[in-house]
Amino acid sequence: MNPVNYLYLAALLFTIGAAGVLIRRNAIVVFMCVELMLNACNLAFVAFSRLHGNLDGQIIAFFTMVVAAAEVVVGLAIIVSLFRSRHSASVDDASLMKL
Amino acid sequence: MSAALHGVTTAASLTSTGEAVQFWILGTVAVAGALCTILMRKAVHSALCLAGTMIILAVFYLANGAYFLGIVQIVVYTGAIMMLFLFVVMLVGVTAADSLKETIKGQRWWAVACGLGFGVLLAAGIGHASLDTFTGLGAANSGGNVEGLAALIFTRYVFAFEITGALLITAAVGAMVLTHRERTERARTQRELAEQRVREGRQLPPLPAPGVYARHNAVDVAGLLPDGTPSELTVSRTLRARGQIRDVSPEAMADLRALERRSEERLGRRPYEPPRPRDSGDPRAGDRADDPPGDRPGDRPANRREEENAQ
Repeated sequence: MNPVNYLYLAALLFTIGAAGVLIRRNAIVVFMCVELMLNACNLAFVAFSRLHGNLDGQIIAFFTMVVAAAEVVVGLAIIVSLFRSRHSASVDDASLMKL
Repeated sequence: MSAALHGVTTAASLTSTGEAVQFWILGTVAVAGALCTILMRKAVHSALCLAGTMIILAVFYLANGAYFLGIVQIVVYTGAIMMLFLFVVMLVGVTAADSLKETIKGQRWWAVACGLGFGVLLAAGIGHASLDTFTGLGAANSGGNVEGLAALIFTRYVFAFEITGALLITAAVGAMVLTHRERTERARTQRELAEQRVREGRQLPPLPAPGVYARHNAVDVAGLLPDGTPSELTVSRTLRARGQIRDVSPEAMADLRALERRSEERLGRRPYEPPRPRDSGDPRAGDRADDPPGDRPGDRPANRREEENAQ
């Protein structure tokens, strides 16, 4: 097996995540799909790191993880405050800036 | 693992058979988990499927020689981030499922078409690249994976690393600001709450427990009043607001009604009626037959009160 298959798998996972962002309307699930896309990118970075034989890809994947952690913290806080004010986590209900 | 990982620095074109088997088995499971993430209706199931996919990705990182990232993926992603997701899912409501009504017509099919097109585009791009051979991480990992990463982070990427620290602090402060709620008035004490209850005179004793006389005593099942109607007082206000109250099954309510009718007849609270042939059979069938299925629970208490007044 050629390690390029990891890239195909990453592309497939990224596509599934992107389709999920477009299809789902629960804000939490949309957020999970974004995480899936980030993870697919990380897999591609790691596979590239192996293909090229240096560790820079792994460094980038590491930074992606850190940024994803920060993003999840802020995003979930936004979802919680949205749920508090609207009693719903659906992205359709959040069509107005104010209540 | 592959020979490329263990000291061979020359370019190879194939990994070991074991890794291929691992890839095809775990890759299938990972794709299935990702599909379940976007197809499951309940957010909890999506979160669990995504956690499984992430664990499999961690195994792939380990197989690709990214030992540090594989461990970090398990500890940070599946350990911390997914559990944070589960916390929020529990906060928002576990059983709250997506509505399937489309607000934009045909949006789902367009989304699937866009995803397919995008996937084909990505796969074609990868297919066109000439990636016949790969170097492998044997040389890069020779001094240890963690040591190699540390050497890069603290030399070439040290500025990005410091910016990352600033980003994390900002995110922590932002989350606290977003979820913090300032109390505009003093919290009322227990004594004040008790005095208010007495003043209002509506519900002096503690609220009744959920599920009494029903088939369940779970907190999301309303307790039944003696006449078989579910009592609103017995379930938590939060559950009611989320719409997570389970209905008491109509069979249990019909049983109760039949039982109540029989006991009333035995106690002689009703004027004697000549037995009809229908009553000798299934009491439930008789009950359904002579009461219209509309607002039975609503008018029952009134009837009872009239009977008591008559006695």
